[in-house]
Amino acid sequence: MNWTAIRAIYVFEMARFFRTIAQSLISPVLSTSLYFVVFGAAIGSRIDQVEGVSYGAFIVPGLIMLTVMTQGISNASFGIYFPKFIGTIYELLSAPVSFLEIVMGYVGAAATKAMFIGIIILITSFFFVDIQIQNPAAMVAFLVLTCISFALFGFIIGIWAGNFEQLQLVPLLIITPLVFLGGSFYSISMLPPVWQTISMFNPVVYLISGFRWAFFGIQDVPIVTSLLAIGLFTSLCLGAVWWIFKTGWRIRQ
Amino acid sequence: MSTILSIQNLRKSYAGGFDALKGVNLDIEEGEIIALLGPNGAGKTTLISTVCGITMPTSGTVTVAGFDILSNYREARSLIGLVPQEIALEPFEKVINTVRFSRGLFGKQRKDSAVEDILKRLSLWDKRDNQIRELSGGMKRRVLIAKALAHEPRVLFLDEPTAGVDVELRKDMWEIVEQLRTDGVTTILTTHYIEEAEAIADRIGVISKGDILLVEDKNKLMARMGKKQLDVQLTSQINAVPDALAAYDLTLGDDGWTLIYSYDVNAERTGITMLLNDVQKAGLQLKDVVTRQSSLEDIFVSLVNQPEAAQ
Ligand SMILES: Nc1ncnc2c1ncn2[C@@H]1O[C@H](COP(=O)(O)OP(=O)(O)O)[C@@H](O)[C@H]1O
Ligand SMILES: [Mg+2]
Repeated sequence: MNWTAIRAIYVFEMARFFRTIAQSLISPVLSTSLYFVVFGAAIGSRIDQVEGVSYGAFIVPGLIMLTVMTQGISNASFGIYFPKFIGTIYELLSAPVSFLEIVMGYVGAAATKAMFIGIIILITSFFFVDIQIQNPAAMVAFLVLTCISFALFGFIIGIWAGNFEQLQLVPLLIITPLVFLGGSFYSISMLPPVWQTISMFNPVVYLISGFRWAFFGIQDVPIVTSLLAIGLFTSLCLGAVWWIFKTGWRIRQ
Repeated sequence: MSTILSIQNLRKSYAGGFDALKGVNLDIEEGEIIALLGPNGAGKTTLISTVCGITMPTSGTVTVAGFDILSNYREARSLIGLVPQEIALEPFEKVINTVRFSRGLFGKQRKDSAVEDILKRLSLWDKRDNQIRELSGGMKRRVLIAKALAHEPRVLFLDEPTAGVDVELRKDMWEIVEQLRTDGVTTILTTHYIEEAEAIADRIGVISKGDILLVEDKNKLMARMGKKQLDVQLTSQINAVPDALAAYDLTLGDDGWTLIYSYDVNAERTGITMLLNDVQKAGLQLKDVVTRQSSLEDIFVSLVNQPEAAQ
């Protein structure tokens, strides 16, 4: 394992993040604050409580997940797409590194950035609502796993994308609806039965449910199911990455 | 001298079925500077890309210091530095950081003194904290070279390093290559400028349509392929080549003031002595004689047009 190379990629990618730290943070913090104002204050004044948790606090895990998933995807997809776009990928391809090491560098950096922003969101939410985290270890574990798996997914999108539209299309068309319909702002049990069944096909439901369980001990689906779901998703992404590595798909001609 | 790079029967067909390399064989000696000369589309970049790992070979083998580029890619690639044809750099990154990145990417521990040395040699030290986008085109090329040298490679590929570069910078580039030779770096450069190959290479390979037509010592190549021309300037004007000189296949130049004789420098007898005797016998007075050697350019054009001349 060429750890020096992995670190070089990681450090270089993180430098890009810190160069634009203001933009990187302002936008998620601002939009989260808006969610609190709109959903927490306006709707929360009518809903009051969900399964014993104040509505404002109830939406915090979902908000963090929403941010972490989209950030993980966009950071990783952009991170690997950009070298393809400007041509600097030649250096990665000619370096004595394996594809696995390239993945570790880029996905590691993208996951770190997403994690960083997720924690900022959590800190921001402390200003709006009162939260106690029941199971901090599980919370961190879910957060880390989600960051990594969605960064992996983003990496695959970045390899696949042939232009900037495609790069933005997947997060916009697939992830955002899945996350919004994944129980970020409501409990699945609040839905009519038909929609409850449909929701079970949305993988994001399991992630948010598990993450929320770590906070409040309440869940839409059993915690084991949540763990299986994120494990499955990570495995699928790893499988795809492995396949890309074997075939050189969209990388080496 | 030992062989540092060995290419055997290398073929590359692109996805569309186009054969960009049709069985290239090439051995490169450690420490030499070799120029691959060929027109656009000859396959120069494809050859370099395949050796460096950017594209996959369709068949054939390549070894670098004995390491196979596929089965021992880590060892092989660690020995190679690549300066690509197109400028590709992170616009917002600082010069020194991109060079450090390259060093790390190739598995070398961070060593600021080594990076400083490279930047100074390429006259980039003053610009080390500038963002890449603030540099001129020539400076960007230097950054590419600095990145390629950052892990102290033994073999350097320069893909058309002076294409679209002004005369000044071209001379600088040649100096850099010459300097690298004193460090023992083997340099393979591609070019379609003949004077570039002539100026800096020890050996010249001519590549056309995916085939290497020949590889030869530069001076030998010029001597072997070279025709020389002898201009016999006369003291008086004539209007036709005298019959007595018909055997020499002369042409009349300079409005009848000069007789032009072409001969092969490699022939055992060039016929010059006889010619000059016969010129005198024909009653012509010599004013001066001048010989000229055909340039590499003439050789190149004749090779690409009729590859069988290489044998
Ligand atoms: N990615 C590619 N896909 C298909 N054909 C290519 C590709 N890259 C180069 N070629 C073709 O291969 C031939 C050799 O190209 P190249 O190696 O770039 O030549 P050179 O560097 O000598 O100008 C050209 O005919 C070019 O069109
Ligand atoms: Mg080229």
